Amino acid sequence: MNTLGNNTDFLLSIENLSVSFDGFKAVNDLNLYVDENEIHVIIGPNGAGKTTVLDLICGRTRTTDGSIKFRNKELTEMKEHEIVREGVGRKFQNPSIYEDLSVFENLEISFPRGRNVFGALTFKRDDEVIARVNEIAEMVFLDELLDTQAALLSHGQKQWLEIGMLLIQDPELLMLDEPVAGMSVSERKQTAKLLNEITKGRSVLVVEHDMKFVEDIAHRVTVLHQGKILSEGSMAKVQADPKVIDVYLGH
Amino acid sequence: MTNGKFFLGRQELLGLAILAALIFIVLPASIDIFRLNLIGKYLTYAFVAIGLVLCWGMGGILSLGQGVFFGIGGYCMAMFLKLESSTPEATKIQSTPGIPDFMDWNQITELPWFWVPFNSLAFTLIAIFVLPAFFAFIIGAAMFKRRVGGVYFAIITQAIAAILTILIIGQQGYTGGVNGITDLRTLLGWDIRTDSAKYVLYFLNGALLIGVLIACQFVLKSKLGRLLVAVRDKEDRVRFSGYDVANFKIFVFCFAAVLSAIGGAMFTLQVGFMSPSFVGIVPSIEMVIYCAVGGRLSIFGAVYGTLLVNWAKTTFSETFPELWLFGLGALFIAVVLVFPNGLSGLYRTNVAPAVDRWLGRSSTSAKPPLEDPQAAE
Repeated sequence: MNTLGNNTDFLLSIENLSVSFDGFKAVNDLNLYVDENEIHVIIGPNGAGKTTVLDLICGRTRTTDGSIKFRNKELTEMKEHEIVREGVGRKFQNPSIYEDLSVFENLEISFPRGRNVFGALTFKRDDEVIARVNEIAEMVFLDELLDTQAALLSHGQKQWLEIGMLLIQDPELLMLDEPVAGMSVSERKQTAKLLNEITKGRSVLVVEHDMKFVEDIAHRVTVLHQGKILSEGSMAKVQADPKVIDVYLGH
Repeated sequence: MTNGKFFLGRQELLGLAILAALIFIVLPASIDIFRLNLIGKYLTYAFVAIGLVLCWGMGGILSLGQGVFFGIGGYCMAMFLKLESSTPEATKIQSTPGIPDFMDWNQITELPWFWVPFNSLAFTLIAIFVLPAFFAFIIGAAMFKRRVGGVYFAIITQAIAAILTILIIGQQGYTGGVNGITDLRTLLGWDIRTDSAKYVLYFLNGALLIGVLIACQFVLKSKLGRLLVAVRDKEDRVRFSGYDVANFKIFVFCFAAVLSAIGGAMFTLQVGFMSPSFVGIVPSIEMVIYCAVGGRLSIFGAVYGTLLVNWAKTTFSETFPELWLFGLGALFIAVVLVFPNGLSGLYRTNVAPAVDRWLGRSSTSAKPPLEDPQAAE
């Protein structure tokens, strides 16, 4: 698995990545690669550094050492909004939506046009925007609720709305932090279906605890432990790895 | 959807019409010029309160230093008017004729360099717009790019208001000190102290206010208005949707600053002087109270809130001068505890649905954004 070829083949390549907070190494010399059109899942016990890895990729946390290349472009020196504009979308663990705005307005704000001050002042809600919002809303099962204030959505619907807000940006790499946490069984199934659908033409990097869900969606799994990679490969292979069983899956 | 073809919906047009009728017809017809001039003075504060609606109510940026920008606008205008009234003939008894009287009293013998451009009205008018925007840009860029926000930002703006007051008072020879710039007489030879001039200035002020309201409505109805609400709700989400959040905060802070400065300039014209007592911490906080009482989410509410608080201030302080400050404090507490969305919140929940029915449309547009903006950062 460590016979990694030319970096340029990967959409995202993380090499020798480290970050320490007051001497504590949350991520330690990490190497991680994401292929085109791949659903790559990161699992691991609490405190393994999973969310930190996503934070580092999207620029929320600054790296101490190492490199993160997206389409061979270094992300570690870029600002958050520049990374987004390169094509990296990030969903937060808790649904992070604009509660005071309607579902339509939530999606519209994420539409990738008019992103500077002047552009936002002169932004027109034209047919293209409306069509795209409707298309995405249908994908995330919210087409009936476009005029609803987002605060009134259920937890699962909020999660979908945020996924929709990312989809409308059409990112090449979509990062999801525990997308099914707090979802009902049926919502979970719908989300798995949704993820399998949206991965066409883009890569998805998921942090998830729910093993059943990971089995449903993952093309490749990376197990993190104490900021380092413990195991990597298909779900079946990872599940059979004695080291993984020992520290995480266990019992 | 609130976003029709035109940025002024029926509710807004109705609001503008009522306010215009009040300012241009009802008030001038019912009260004498002395009281009308007072109303005109109150309305200059409304410019500040409207700016605070955008900045604080919508964007969640609480500035406790809007008096700074009110003062910049007011002082720019006052400097021009002072220079005009300080002709060598009018000041020939001074040891240095041709300079403002307070400079002469402070043994200054030459007009300071930064006063010289204010001989020109064109420069003054431009400065009223550019100076506050520039100043707000510096403060905004320094704070928002470093992601200073919330309470810290409020404290820093308050400190700036204090610093500017101290500077003005300390540099008496250049600024008129604690008395401010007084004894202003004419604007391009037109005596602004007469009753007819006061009427003209009152109507000019009212027209500017209506214009500002329309401009604000345009901003609020654009995507930028919704972005401000989004930033208040979930700043990180906006950032990770590809926006440089700081730029939007800087914009709205500068916009509010320019509105305040317009108010300040109109204040000087109508009241006839400008002093540091309209710049410092206390007036800045009072301006926040006007906005809060009116309802920090409504630009119309801000105007009525300003009128109401100032009317109460004048009435009560004439009768019970010692009690007024307690009254103001009690009012603020009442707003926070009892009706946190101010007058406009009461209007929206109790009156707006009926008005909507009367206007013959569904009440979908009256959705009050209820999130607490003080929770920003």
